[in-house]
Amino acid sequence: MINQLKDVVTGSAEIAKAMGVTLKYFFKKPVTHQYPDEPVEVYPRFRGRHVLKRYDNGLERCIGCALCAAACPTDCIYVQASENTDDQRYSPGERYASIYDINMLRCIFCGYCAEACPTEAIVLEHDFALAEYNRWDAIYTKERLLQPHDPSYIVLRSDEEFKLAETWGKK
Amino acid sequence: MDQQLLVDIIVQIIIIGAVASGLMAAFGALTVVERKVLGRFTMRYGPNRVGKFGTLQIVADGLKMFFKEEVIPKHVDRLVYLMAPGVALVPALLAAGVIPIASQPLVLPFQVFGSTITIYPWMADINVGILYILAVGSLGTYGVVLGGWSSNNKYSLLGGLRTSAQMLSYELPMGVALLSVLLIVGSMRMTDIVNFQASYLGGYLWLIFLQPIAFLIFYICGLAEAGRSPFDLPETENELIAGFATEYGGMKFGLFFAAEYIHMIVLSFIISTVFLGGWLGPFAQQIPVLGIVYLLIKVAFIVFTMIWVRVSIPRVRFDKLMKFCWKFLLPLSIANAAVTALILAILFF
Repeated sequence: MINQLKDVVTGSAEIAKAMGVTLKYFFKKPVTHQYPDEPVEVYPRFRGRHVLKRYDNGLERCIGCALCAAACPTDCIYVQASENTDDQRYSPGERYASIYDINMLRCIFCGYCAEACPTEAIVLEHDFALAEYNRWDAIYTKERLLQPHDPSYIVLRSDEEFKLAETWGKK
Repeated sequence: MDQQLLVDIIVQIIIIGAVASGLMAAFGALTVVERKVLGRFTMRYGPNRVGKFGTLQIVADGLKMFFKEEVIPKHVDRLVYLMAPGVALVPALLAAGVIPIASQPLVLPFQVFGSTITIYPWMADINVGILYILAVGSLGTYGVVLGGWSSNNKYSLLGGLRTSAQMLSYELPMGVALLSVLLIVGSMRMTDIVNFQASYLGGYLWLIFLQPIAFLIFYICGLAEAGRSPFDLPETENELIAGFATEYGGMKFGLFFAAEYIHMIVLSFIISTVFLGGWLGPFAQQIPVLGIVYLLIKVAFIVFTMIWVRVSIPRVRFDKLMKFCWKFLLPLSIANAAVTALILAILFF
């Protein structure tokens, strides 16, 4: 009898405690990210879609050395190099990439290509929305990769927001 | 037939229709409100894509329910299978009939075809109001049991069996909890119960202050009656797929769904009326419209606590559920009624 009474009291206290915890969360701001409406915050070192860079004077950084293709663990990069001529100059060196394809369906976003690149021509930036309606569109050509790419639905996460995110759910 | 009587009957039928459709509309609203509140409790937004703040979600869900293909499995008992959702829904609606929502009837200042029109704030002020509520409330069990039985499916059958056991058991402490209220008030009429609460301490001697234990017991049993979490054993989705509703789809499932939510709303009305003073509040006796507002506020609060309980407390195991009812709630309610009777006997004899 005494034990049962004790159970009743402790049980009621536990239930009250549980209700208190849930009520505390009721008054908190939701952590949901309204993705298509609000931009997504990505970390500065997040590896997303590749972009081919240019020098400030407009010449391509890529010299067609194909070190990226050699470093690629999934063989998703195809580079064909051609000679620069004085009439048609694409890059500062002797050669340039006349074809530069990346198959995004194979790419694992390891970033080895960017590490291997001697001129820092290929860089993994932050775009993650890579869905296509056609499989062949997933093979990115040089023209697409050379476009400066800064989609509106992505913002870089600042340090303050990073610290805030650390405390989610704690206080 | 007397013309006045005819007009009264027509007015009453209109009111009944309005209340029934109002309850169905409240069901639609409550499904969305519940999801939004649950979302807030778990730090989400809940549905907010359809319309402003997700208000049109009701329409979207309703259309989805209505346009779903009506599949009737071959192995079911056709007649009972089709009847069960209605049997579940109608008693839930019926119980709303005896709840007074304001202090006095409204007599319209003009005459229609030479007869005065009186709008009563209740549909039936019968002298066995509480008994009626208990009787109709337990009828709702039939819909669930028949649905589970006629589906000819083991999950449904288990769900139906659990429902019958659970709802019949929880009927007992519920009735005894109301008995201790009846001992104090001395009448089963719902308007008498509200008037009793109105007549002391300037209308603030609500029965929850006199009978807190009876209130808790009634609330818990109400959750079990409506099949709400943590007592939603009839449709435990983790173990029984959907319990009694496994073989139901489209609007037939929608009716079961509506039955659960309307049961919950009507139950909140009953709790508000019996324990929280019904339409009582500041100036409610002079201005009857205020009474409706107060009652709706109280009902909204009770419904909110039901959602709150759902989000806080995990589901009870079935044997513990029965044990809790028979070994704890029932003795407690009987003791409560006995102590109430003893105190009343000492005070008044």
